[in-house]
Amino acid sequence: MSEDSIISLSNVNKWFGDFQVLQDVNLEVKRKERIVVCGPSGSGKSTMIRCINRLEEHQEGTIIVDGIELTGNLKNIDSVRREVGMVFQQFNLFPHLSVKENITLAPIWVKRMPKAEAEELAMQQLEIVKIPEQANKYPGQLSGGQQQRVAIARSLAMKPNIMLFDEPTSALDPEMIKEVLDVMVELAEAGMTMIVVTHEMGFAKTVANRMVFMDEGRIVEEAAPEKFFNNPESDRTKLFLSQILNH
Amino acid sequence: MNLENQFNTRKPPVATTGLIGWLRINLFSSWFNTAVTLLVLYFLYQIIPWFLDWSILSADFTHNYKGEKIIDRTFCSRVANPEEYHGACWSIIIVRFYQFIYGFYPVDQVWRANLTYFLLAVALIPLLVENLPYRRHLIKFTIVFPIIAFVLLYGGFGFEIVPTNKWGGLLVTLVLGVFGIALAFPLGIILALGRRSKLPVISMVCTLFIEFIRGVPLITLLFFGMVMLPLFLPEGINMDGLVRVLVAVTLFQAAYMAEVIRGGLQAIPQGQFEAAQSVGLSYWQMNRKIILPQAIRITIPSIVNTSIGLFKDTTLVIIIGLLDLLGIGRGALSDATWMGLSNEVYVFVAIVFFIFTFSMSRYSLYLEKKLKTGINMGAD
Ligand SMILES: Nc1ncnc2c1ncn2[C@@H]1O[C@H](COP(=O)(O)OP(=O)(O)OP(=O)(O)O)[C@@H](O)[C@H]1O
Ligand SMILES: [Mg+2]
Repeated sequence: MSEDSIISLSNVNKWFGDFQVLQDVNLEVKRKERIVVCGPSGSGKSTMIRCINRLEEHQEGTIIVDGIELTGNLKNIDSVRREVGMVFQQFNLFPHLSVKENITLAPIWVKRMPKAEAEELAMQQLEIVKIPEQANKYPGQLSGGQQQRVAIARSLAMKPNIMLFDEPTSALDPEMIKEVLDVMVELAEAGMTMIVVTHEMGFAKTVANRMVFMDEGRIVEEAAPEKFFNNPESDRTKLFLSQILNH
Repeated sequence: MNLENQFNTRKPPVATTGLIGWLRINLFSSWFNTAVTLLVLYFLYQIIPWFLDWSILSADFTHNYKGEKIIDRTFCSRVANPEEYHGACWSIIIVRFYQFIYGFYPVDQVWRANLTYFLLAVALIPLLVENLPYRRHLIKFTIVFPIIAFVLLYGGFGFEIVPTNKWGGLLVTLVLGVFGIALAFPLGIILALGRRSKLPVISMVCTLFIEFIRGVPLITLLFFGMVMLPLFLPEGINMDGLVRVLVAVTLFQAAYMAEVIRGGLQAIPQGQFEAAQSVGLSYWQMNRKIILPQAIRITIPSIVNTSIGLFKDTTLVIIIGLLDLLGIGRGALSDATWMGLSNEVYVFVAIVFFIFTFSMSRYSLYLEKKLKTGINMGAD
């Protein structure tokens, strides 16, 4: 692994039963780098990024996050999860807690932050995602776009160094996609290290430092956005891009 | 169209709201419903006046129709003069009221039992009333109440010891019911989590335990508690009879509670677990703060249902010689001075049980209503 990598996957293999989801995946991510991952459905994109915060366990190879190797060691897993925030396609807000409680929960319980301080922090995060006025509502009372922004605020409240996004806008109505992407663009501009699985190619072109294309559990192509979109090497990438850009 | 009509919404048709509307919709919506309604009304018409007459209007309480104080069954109006009198003779309950409520608890110590009853009511308040000042502190009292209650009732710490074989009646029924439910709840949660554990040993032990207990009738467990449990204890340790029964009742209830809660856990979407883990919560924090509150919420009706079942099943302890409310009643009936008054005794016991179980079921409805908003809010 190179010196300044914050995330490093080398020769990662993973199986679900007999089915190999990840095949010799190698990926280096530098600090403040923004990676966009795309590829057909079932190609292992979610599985790969979920291995990075150990929501999935890889069976072979090494994954090192900010100098901590992910093994069965629970302490390591805890430390990595403090470094890494994750945003899901389905938001996964806690429905029985208010927006503010969703955000303060982890700072209070994981970081032992005093309640008042955590609430102040929550309000700051809600400012960042531009919905401070929703602090006392419950998730079910918010629109999808607002829920996803709360989910982003919830992750940010733990002050992660890395943010993982797994198709954050796929479950949203078209008019709400932009409000979420805007927040993510600002986050990128503020220097967050991000890995984003998305098919929003407009977002990818403006934000990504590097595109990663996956197919059948392998990383097929890795390139800067200009090269990736204008002059891809692999035929599979070309096929995928033609499908996704034409519809 | 005139202007007023545009702004004034019309009233609904008369017959769909109000009393008449309600009657129409609920009782007379079809010829079949109408027939059932009439049948039930006829039945009630027959039963209610008869029951009121038997239980109150023609009943004896402390004195019979001649104005004599009733001291045994022969004084009851319906025994003394069966031609003319047929009402209930509640004297059996009144004379033995102390036994029904406290069993054979010593009279000079009965204030302890009374205080326990009172504290039980206090412990229930924070569960019943939501917007209470200092509710969080009162809840703490509710949690430690079982310990306080046991010390008060049993003794020690300067109190005279009242062995549990002196306890009886409602006291035993409530001790078994309240302790059984209160202890089984956390144990059931642990078992439910254990059964879902990723560690095969833990999951297997919990599954075996739950399935074994569920496969065995409560009676068997009660005998097990009475006869076998002492054999497992080390030499010299003598476990109290009531405690042994309580252990059996708690284990029984915990197994059922575990399955109910496990059902709730299964209904929680995987994403909740993943979100909780990804913000760094530990296994216990995740369960305590995210998973269990939601799982328990959706299983409240079933939790209360099994609790009501247990409360009624505690009457089985009569078989191993404990005198709960029903046991005291049967004791009274086997006494020659009161023989033949079984209707009075069983009606009284039934009413007492009904009051408790009905309250529990109302409480569950109240909780459901209160939490319904919360669940709806959770819908995506
Ligand atoms: N828990 C699991 N058990 C078994 N197979 C799984 C599991 N999770 C994912 N898979 C399979 O692994 C493959 C990769 O899944 P993954 O979710 O990583 O794909 P993806 O690239 O994110 O696809 P999508 O674009 O549809 O989200 C799929 O074939 C999927 O069916
Ligand atoms: Mg996916």
